[in-house]
Amino acid sequence: MKFIDEYRSGELAKKLAEEIARLADRPLRIMEVCGGHTHTIFKYGVEDLLPPNITMIHGPGCPVCVIPLGRMDDAISIATRPGVIFTTFGDTMRVPGSKTTLLKANAEGAEVRMVYSPLDALKIARQNPDRHVVFFAIGFETTAPSTAMTILQARREDINNFSLFCNHILIIPVLKALLDSPDMKLDGFVGPGHVSTVIGTRPYEFVPREYGKPVVVSGFEPLDVVQSVYMVVKQIVEGRAEVENQYKRVVRPEGNMKALEVICEVFEPRDYFEWRGLGSIPRSGLKIKKKYAAFDAELKFEVPGLKIADPKACQCGEILKGVLKPWECKVFGTACTPETPIGSCMVSSEGACAAYYNYGRLSKVAQTWV
Amino acid sequence: MTEQFIPSELFLRVERKRRQKPKIRDERITLAHGSGGKAMHQLIEGLFLEYLSNPLLEMLDDQAVFELGDEGHGVRLAFTTDSFVVTPIFFPGGDIGRLAVNGTVNDLAMSGARPLYLSAGFILEEGFLIGDLKRILESMRAAAEQAGVQVVTGDTKVVDKGAADKIFINTAGIGIIERPLHISASRAQVGDKVILSGSIGDHGTTILIARGELELETEITTDTAPLWSLVKEMLEVSTDIHCLRDPTRGGVATTLNEIAMSSDVCIAIEESQIPVCDEVRGACEILGLDPLYVANEGKLVAVVAAEVADQIVERMRQNPLGQQARIIGEVRAEPTGIVILNTAFGGTRIVDMLVGEQLPRIC
Repeated sequence: MKFIDEYRSGELAKKLAEEIARLADRPLRIMEVCGGHTHTIFKYGVEDLLPPNITMIHGPGCPVCVIPLGRMDDAISIATRPGVIFTTFGDTMRVPGSKTTLLKANAEGAEVRMVYSPLDALKIARQNPDRHVVFFAIGFETTAPSTAMTILQARREDINNFSLFCNHILIIPVLKALLDSPDMKLDGFVGPGHVSTVIGTRPYEFVPREYGKPVVVSGFEPLDVVQSVYMVVKQIVEGRAEVENQYKRVVRPEGNMKALEVICEVFEPRDYFEWRGLGSIPRSGLKIKKKYAAFDAELKFEVPGLKIADPKACQCGEILKGVLKPWECKVFGTACTPETPIGSCMVSSEGACAAYYNYGRLSKVAQTWV
Repeated sequence: MTEQFIPSELFLRVERKRRQKPKIRDERITLAHGSGGKAMHQLIEGLFLEYLSNPLLEMLDDQAVFELGDEGHGVRLAFTTDSFVVTPIFFPGGDIGRLAVNGTVNDLAMSGARPLYLSAGFILEEGFLIGDLKRILESMRAAAEQAGVQVVTGDTKVVDKGAADKIFINTAGIGIIERPLHISASRAQVGDKVILSGSIGDHGTTILIARGELELETEITTDTAPLWSLVKEMLEVSTDIHCLRDPTRGGVATTLNEIAMSSDVCIAIEESQIPVCDEVRGACEILGLDPLYVANEGKLVAVVAAEVADQIVERMRQNPLGQQARIIGEVRAEPTGIVILNTAFGGTRIVDMLVGEQLPRIC
């Protein structure tokens, strides 16, 4: 199939991997920030191709994985209000709150509907004027523009039975938090692709400048990822640290101005936002501006808003920072499985734990590490 | 990888947990329990088997096979049942009625039985259009004729508006096994070849797009078809067919996992050998679905003795339902209970069962 097969060529990948092996003269730890890349790496078995001295560290760029328990509880509390239709992307249905999940809340009588876009949620609001429709907005800068557009659309149409439970997060503050974390030992980054279509490549320039680490913004096909790893390794062995763009077919240095404009129109940074496993990070989340307060579910419904500590057994934080490999977590595959997840990294298909469990239990990497 | 497979501590730890007897911890049924994935297996093995267990049910095949009359000289019959709740009820290439006939016909055929008689039970929602019911019955008539079966008994219930969604159909069927066969998901042998009869994911993708929520337009139609004619021709080549399954809910991935677990073997498949038509691939790419888990209604997976595999495939290709048949993999000894996929990209990964469903109510 055109535009797909050329990015999945095993032959080209093999050549690139040989080149990486030739270049990499020492052990290197490279983080792919984005959950989409994590998924690609496991789905296509990319690690099998890489030389053993390249270790991929799976970063925190999976919005479902970093949503804290307290926010899930808030979501469930909104979903169970009488008269509410709660709409969400499918991934969040099974994410555990402190007591239950949206999937179970649905079975117990709440109305939770899976949608593919916030515009679908708005459609449901139009079709059900006597109900209140809430959209569970999650995601980085990638999904924030479409959520913002939906709010603008709702306002244009004067729809007053629609609101947003906003959990949008920002990539740069979390990247900075990771780099400042004392237990981080990374040699370079495979940078997010979809986020960068919106924010561009310039916001990453502080990484080489202030921390001396290379960043290569990457596409999501397996060959994209292998090429990006190659580009990171090449920078390291040549003693360079720059932001490079492997995903030129989509990402522009300045990003997408229109998308950035609608984000700024509707949202503003929160002072702090809680990340699962990573704690509170300043100015890392978005909230709805006062101007659009009528569409803010957090104002419309009183949510518990409690900060709930992650379960003790759960080592999601260490995994999201790449300090531990998923299988080094005490509960991996025993108490915490995709069927009965304790941590959210085990829920989303983009979570590192789920990826290892579902795809990678037999991988060379997992086998030799233990 | 398999011959010198030495499991790590981690692998063993996870496997021990995986093999524990499933327990139902949920207080209520969720949609995941109907998915065809792990949650449904838990429900069946952890609850239904606990109450209704007997040697025939414990086989957990898609049909029960038993002998009537003197042992060894009697008549061997296959018996199965299936309920259909698909939404929408009409979709490109078929409807709930055609599915209800073909689904049960295929569950019989997968034991090597010639399908004979069907029952049909209808649960109708108050307000359902008689015109729609006529359309569904007409397509059931046509499907029964094509499959060579008769609907010989039935039942009708009407429920209050909202107590069902338009129409639900249950069919049960009886077929006769006319050769000395023993086909079961538990019979895969090390060295066997795995055959797939054609391209995957057509039905599930059709239904998803027919719901109209995605505003995608494609030419994809359901692959629903009665598979007995294909099975009959395969059996004419050889009776050394060990497992037969139609990969419906949960797709080829789930079916292969069921066989690997039931037979306590490893199944290794080659991604490059699995046919997926471009429209299905495209739709799955957009929606983030893996075609390996998407439902089929007119395809089969066969595990057969290696010596006869090529001949069987050759014969299958002469049947319109098996034109794209091919060998997609083989049965290995280790690691047991696991399906591994060699990706076209050059890596290897596990193909596990899904926890929940990719899409609800597809059949």
